[in-house]
Amino acid sequence: MKLAIKLAYRNLIGAGLRTWLNVIVLSFSFVVIIWMKGILIGWDHQAREDMKNWEIGEGQYWQEHYDPYDPFTLAESHAVIPEELQSEIAANRMEPVLIAQGTLYPQGRMQTILIKGIDPGQELLMLPTEKLDTAVAAVPAIIGSGMARAGKLAKSDYVTLQWRDRNGTFDATEIVITEIFTTNVPTVDGGQVWIPLDELQSMLMMPGEATLLTFEDGKAERPEPAGWKLKTSEELTADVTEMIQTKTIGQSVFYIILLLLAMLAIFDTQVLSIFRRQKEIGTYVALGYTRRDVVWLFTTEGAMHAVLAALVAAAYGIPFLIWQADVGWTLPVDAADYGMAMAQTLYPVYSFSLVLSTVLIVMLATTVVSYWPSRKIAKMNPTEALRGKIQ
Amino acid sequence: MKNENVIQIKNLTKTFPMGKTRFTALEDINLEIGRGEFAGLIGPSGSGKTTLLNITGSLDTPSSGEAWVLGRSVSTLTAREAARLRKENLGFIFQSYNLLVVHTVFENVEFPLLLLGYSGSKRKKMVMDSLEWVGLTDKVKSKPPQLSGGECQRVAIARAMVKKPSLVLADEPTANLDAANSHHILQTMEKLNKELHTTFLFATHDDKVIRYLKRKIYLFDGKVDKDEIIENPGK
Repeated sequence: MKLAIKLAYRNLIGAGLRTWLNVIVLSFSFVVIIWMKGILIGWDHQAREDMKNWEIGEGQYWQEHYDPYDPFTLAESHAVIPEELQSEIAANRMEPVLIAQGTLYPQGRMQTILIKGIDPGQELLMLPTEKLDTAVAAVPAIIGSGMARAGKLAKSDYVTLQWRDRNGTFDATEIVITEIFTTNVPTVDGGQVWIPLDELQSMLMMPGEATLLTFEDGKAERPEPAGWKLKTSEELTADVTEMIQTKTIGQSVFYIILLLLAMLAIFDTQVLSIFRRQKEIGTYVALGYTRRDVVWLFTTEGAMHAVLAALVAAAYGIPFLIWQADVGWTLPVDAADYGMAMAQTLYPVYSFSLVLSTVLIVMLATTVVSYWPSRKIAKMNPTEALRGKIQ
Repeated sequence: MKNENVIQIKNLTKTFPMGKTRFTALEDINLEIGRGEFAGLIGPSGSGKTTLLNITGSLDTPSSGEAWVLGRSVSTLTAREAARLRKENLGFIFQSYNLLVVHTVFENVEFPLLLLGYSGSKRKKMVMDSLEWVGLTDKVKSKPPQLSGGECQRVAIARAMVKKPSLVLADEPTANLDAANSHHILQTMEKLNKELHTTFLFATHDDKVIRYLKRKIYLFDGKVDKDEIIENPGK
């Protein structure tokens, strides 16, 4: 084993450019695979963190009829906040949100929206709700930058808002945009207008009611009040998990192609080596190797490409990956278009297991690809190999 | 087999498939070569000398009959045993040198010692001794493409001799060399034969080599035609 490694190393270094071309291609695979997987992990971390900070906290209670994917349930998705949760709300560790359907008339156009009521004094979520606590002539409202773009709305704009109260009666009022916030979480932005909770409760004639309750303590033992469903942060981020899994599969295809290209280079080199180095193979046998030993030597040689590639990848990859983790990768398209929690700039996160698994996969694949053509050596006639006769 | 014989061949026949028939390369060969001999298999192309050399070197096996090399029957050796025999006891010299081109002269000569598991310091001493025999101590860091044909063959001799084998098999060692280099190579081998009592068996049809041989075994159409001992080889 030690001898095979020593000889393989000598052969590889001696082969010069041919070795280094393979090594560079393979090192590129190492770095790109780690970087791409790092981006996915980073995205996953960021998305979960952003969703927690902007929307879901450490979990939520949903009124039993609430279904965020079915706007027709909204008319029924409200109930009086349960007594047993009032203390948490009073301690600012839980924030009620009331949701209703409405229609906005920006510059004469009509836009169906969700009206969300939230306490202006809340500090649980990153929404700039303090801007709702503003003395203005109309109902103060904050919107996300996505909503502002879609409705062509700017700060201080007045716009008509229409809704139906709990009795189905239409009503309308003027709202004024007091703040436009930027977020990576489109589910608090697109098609939504945030106004003070008490204002919305009054507009809908639903005093003391809410659609969902967001809490900050996810570890505490939680009651399950009648008419409310407890949603853990894992359940609430399931969509992100699913999306990232889908993306992971897509990216796997990409890096399998990348790996295949590198493997093709190794395979090609091995096939060529066995063809060109027949005399050398015969010489090894004459000097005391069995053909099996020569197969092992050639396999080690091929596999050693991966070892050299890992070293080369470390030389330029580590600075690159650290730099990327620092400055991130800015998406070439607007992240808001993805319709899910995704920052415009993604910061890759690399774990030890990611690096280790990538190194092991590449090394294993390289070894298999190196062994495959080397098996031909075992069938070679050493006397013909010595004379370099094509076999 | 007598122990003083390095090679003993008895009724050896070797055939190769050739279409639907078989081609007989060697037929009923009987031969004994003792320790310290400087012998040659002489014959034209196709006479079977390289085939006999390969069988003697345990790189091939006889179709029938027996070949004993250093007391071991070539046809009954496993691949590993044959490799061990070559590794420990045999040295090979080839017509086209068969040096490892990406390795330096030192590394080429060191190779058989690596297989034998010698320590680094011992390897270094033995390699330098061997290179000194062939007069190439100034080329240790050169690679084969940087050497002349004569120098390459001297490296091959150093590689064959470095482990002080019992038997050296040389297949047309001077075929690619000019007269001056051929004589230099043969003188080196003759000196090693005298000093180390290594048995040399050549396969050749080169007059320059034949003149040095102390025993000439003529092969013709796969059979031993003539076997003569030369008391005072003329050069």
